[in-house]
Amino acid sequence: MTMDDNHLRGVVSDSSAGTSAPITEADLHAYADKQLSSERAALVQQYLALHPQEQQRVQDWQMQNRLLHQLLDPVLDEPLPLGMPLKPAARSFPWRALAAGVLVAVVSAGAAWSLRGHLDAQAMRLAIAGTSSQRSAALAVDGALPGFAQRAAVAHVVYSPDLRRPVEVSADQEQALVTWLTKRMGTEVRPPMLSSLGYALIGGRLLPGDKGPVAQFMYGAAGGQRLTLYVTREVPVETNTSFRFGSDGPVNVFYWVDKQLGYAISAGADRSELMRVSQEVYAQLGQR
Amino acid sequence: MRAQDEAEIVACIPSLRRYARGLVSDRDRADDLVQDTLERAWSRYSMWQKRGDIRAWMFGILHNHFIDRLRAQSSRPEDSVGDALPEAPQRPLQTDVLELRDLDRILQRLPPEHREVLLLVGLEEQSYQEVAIALGVPIGTVMSRLSRARARLREELQGHVAPVSKIQRVK
Repeated sequence: MTMDDNHLRGVVSDSSAGTSAPITEADLHAYADKQLSSERAALVQQYLALHPQEQQRVQDWQMQNRLLHQLLDPVLDEPLPLGMPLKPAARSFPWRALAAGVLVAVVSAGAAWSLRGHLDAQAMRLAIAGTSSQRSAALAVDGALPGFAQRAAVAHVVYSPDLRRPVEVSADQEQALVTWLTKRMGTEVRPPMLSSLGYALIGGRLLPGDKGPVAQFMYGAAGGQRLTLYVTREVPVETNTSFRFGSDGPVNVFYWVDKQLGYAISAGADRSELMRVSQEVYAQLGQR
Repeated sequence: MRAQDEAEIVACIPSLRRYARGLVSDRDRADDLVQDTLERAWSRYSMWQKRGDIRAWMFGILHNHFIDRLRAQSSRPEDSVGDALPEAPQRPLQTDVLELRDLDRILQRLPPEHREVLLLVGLEEQSYQEVAIALGVPIGTVMSRLSRARARLREELQGHVAPVSKIQRVK
């Protein structure tokens, strides 16, 4: 059953050239997969006619291929799940242009897929419509946390209780952390120093936002309380920069938008404590 | 980035999803794999200078993520394959449905690197050369993995009395 690699080599080097080379197992596979030149395929066919056992083997492989298609081809017709990034994360163009960009992607995707015979653009449109209506709903509800602040609160709840691995890159590699996050976010991202307020940097991680990457920095106080700073580019351009406060269950969040970046500070701490931290963060960001 | 290249990346999504589903079976985990692949592709795209065709490059990224996850998983034993469904011996393989359900289980029991090659060749219909590029291995390795995967699959599908799981997994 196991094959010596030498027997398998023939096919690849020059399957089209050698009409006289002996038939190898590699030829049989390539025959089953229709990867042989027509001359070579004809030779293999002759060979198979004389070797019924090999013939059976090749037919079984072809049957395997058909079964794989039967099992998995239905996936092609499933609608795309939410959150599949269909465009590069927004960089130079403003937020509102993104909607137009996504439409372009849908149209071109539809075109490409119909060529491939798997037109699923309708499903994709539905998926996208789902996201955008969710987003506008989130912004419309007054008092509730808007999109990014809500995600920041969830990210805080998910990662801050993790004792073993709260961050991807820890603070002792701060420069690497800054370089990495800056590269992935496409803008300079640097954790503010909050040690004067009693919070030491634990590290940071990259998270998926609504459409692209977001950064999360985690800080710890001596008493074990944790605080996270969430930085995202996924903000509406017209949002003003004022501090806002909201909460999601036990998590309090201070958030604001500054220079097209959204910031959210989440912690279990009370409003005044968060305000103190937010002002310090804001002040440090302003110095850059 | 040219619009045409963007369209090519997006056009890869259905086959990436199909391939990922064959690799990890679980729908959500498969789509996570594709999502990571796309994020990486978009963020790396500007650094990528036409070194090969987009499809092989995308499948290569997915391969890297898949391997990373396998490594992460092997350090967390509680995450092992849930193959402990009750099984009852039944009639031999007859209908397509029966074979398909079996096939998924058999696939998941193949060594991951054999599964990759089998799916890329048999399902995604990629050339052996393309598979070698995507997986970053010599073409001889692709052929020997393909040979072993097919031999194993043939044994498993051939003439054995199929144990059919009573509980059908909801996909």
